[in-house]
Amino acid sequence: MQKAVLTGEMFTQGDIAAAEGALAAGCRFFAGYPITPATEIAERMAYRLPRIGGRYIQMEDEIASCTAVLGASYSGVKAMTATSGPGVSLMNETIGLAAMTETPMVLVNVMRGGPSTGQPTEASQSDIMQAKWGSHGDYEIIALIPSSVQEMFDLTIKAFNLSEQFRVPAFVLADEIIGHMRERLVIPHEDEIEIVNRKKPTVPPEEYLPFKAEEDLVPPMATFGDGYHFYATGLTHDERGYPVMDDETQLALIPRLCDKIRKNSAKITEAKTLETEDAEILLVAYGGESRTAMRAVKDARNKGMKIGLFRPVSVWPFPKEQLKEAAANAQHVIVAELNYGQLVGEVERVIRNEVPVHLIPRVCGSPHTPDDLMKEIRRRIK
Amino acid sequence: MERTEIRLGGLGGQGVIKSAVIIGEAASIYDGKEAVQTASYGPESRGSACKAEVIISNTPVDYPLVLAPHVLVALSNDAYQKYKSDLRKGAIAIIDSDLVKAGKIKAGIQVYQVPAAATAHQVLENPLVTNVVMLGAFTAITKTVTPDAMRKAIANAFPKYQELNLRAFDEGMKLGQEAMEQSSKTE
Repeated sequence: MQKAVLTGEMFTQGDIAAAEGALAAGCRFFAGYPITPATEIAERMAYRLPRIGGRYIQMEDEIASCTAVLGASYSGVKAMTATSGPGVSLMNETIGLAAMTETPMVLVNVMRGGPSTGQPTEASQSDIMQAKWGSHGDYEIIALIPSSVQEMFDLTIKAFNLSEQFRVPAFVLADEIIGHMRERLVIPHEDEIEIVNRKKPTVPPEEYLPFKAEEDLVPPMATFGDGYHFYATGLTHDERGYPVMDDETQLALIPRLCDKIRKNSAKITEAKTLETEDAEILLVAYGGESRTAMRAVKDARNKGMKIGLFRPVSVWPFPKEQLKEAAANAQHVIVAELNYGQLVGEVERVIRNEVPVHLIPRVCGSPHTPDDLMKEIRRRIK
Repeated sequence: MERTEIRLGGLGGQGVIKSAVIIGEAASIYDGKEAVQTASYGPESRGSACKAEVIISNTPVDYPLVLAPHVLVALSNDAYQKYKSDLRKGAIAIIDSDLVKAGKIKAGIQVYQVPAAATAHQVLENPLVTNVVMLGAFTAITKTVTPDAMRKAIANAFPKYQELNLRAFDEGMKLGQEAMEQSSKTE
């Protein structure tokens, strides 16, 4: 048997770091359909899981992959899949079912150029809104965006923890840049990794209601086969899990599915800032693109320009309080993203019309260069 | 050490990406510096153009791609002709003397010619280690990574063929030193 947590240092790819993060978080089941640029995650899990007592299944397609992950999660195992945008499109039906049945699962999306099969080998950040709104109906998910190989590891663990804590699908929204680049990854000792497991019922089986929430709006989750009655359906259901089609049941269920994330967002949201205290121009960037923005901030500061960077780490829920604080002194906000304008809408919602928000989109293959961002900064600094 | 940008170019199958990974691992794990490695990525594989990059620095590396290389290692003529104009002033180009036509290059670039493929073939009797001979020359000439760190990363990269690859590295170090002596004589 291999060790599940490979404590130590390695020089490796973001995709591999995500796989190792999953294993460190306690993931023991992976079902997937390999796709560029997330294939290395499936490869690593196929190699590692059988050697640590887990299970890896290559399914016939993405729909089946996501459904198998759901089933594994019901059986009490931490489970994940990894794919890219086209795969998420197919999985979205099941992601909705996971949201409705409050099933923990982690999905790593290493984003590539779209729509449709798009640009398989090229970097993109164009699935930001797909993660949020991919399935129909009112629900909330959690999505985290890594900006380094180390964060691929750390945020995959965090995605598992949040998914378990809130019984909700959690995304790691990576891009091809971070997925394929190699950097040093430091894996801590097993005892130093914080692990959160789903709440189990504390009542006797005959009193258990699988969808009766506690004060944090999250119901304890029994494991199939543990002797608890557990019925799950995609239909609107009562606390027993039985389909009930009246207004009262829908009103009790749907707001709670959303509010368990919205009202707990202070516990979930995360953002990083660089030189924002006196920033007159605030850059907003995330993932691979934030590495360009970090460079632009340094270059601009060296020239005496007061530039700062706001980097959302959790994108859903969006860290709006943190953004307001970072933008306190800004006269312009510049959003740089590898799409034709997605997260900029959320930034505008937070900034309102207090200062102008400018978008620098990019829809082809590689991140902006630092010079691309400097050009926009110079235009706005006058 | 300030940010040092290294680009390696050649053909798929020559070990271009492997070489970049070895340099990155040597720098970040064994020399304790910061390093990021990236590579061209596409549906093509053996025999088509291939590029890999490494950035090494004493401080965390932000922008992960090469802007203007300090070092170009070329294992194919096409790669050299394509990338030589990107080199910054004061940069170093290390080329295989048999595979690459040196030709003219802009002022301020130091070109070192290393018979890596010939040495792999004739001395080491295995053309597969051409890239590791080149890594030896790279280490001797640029000094961006220590020989000790490179030896550890090479041993780690080829667990079944450590001895052959370490010999290839040592031969490359010698060739690199010879190329530097040669160039100081001509100056």
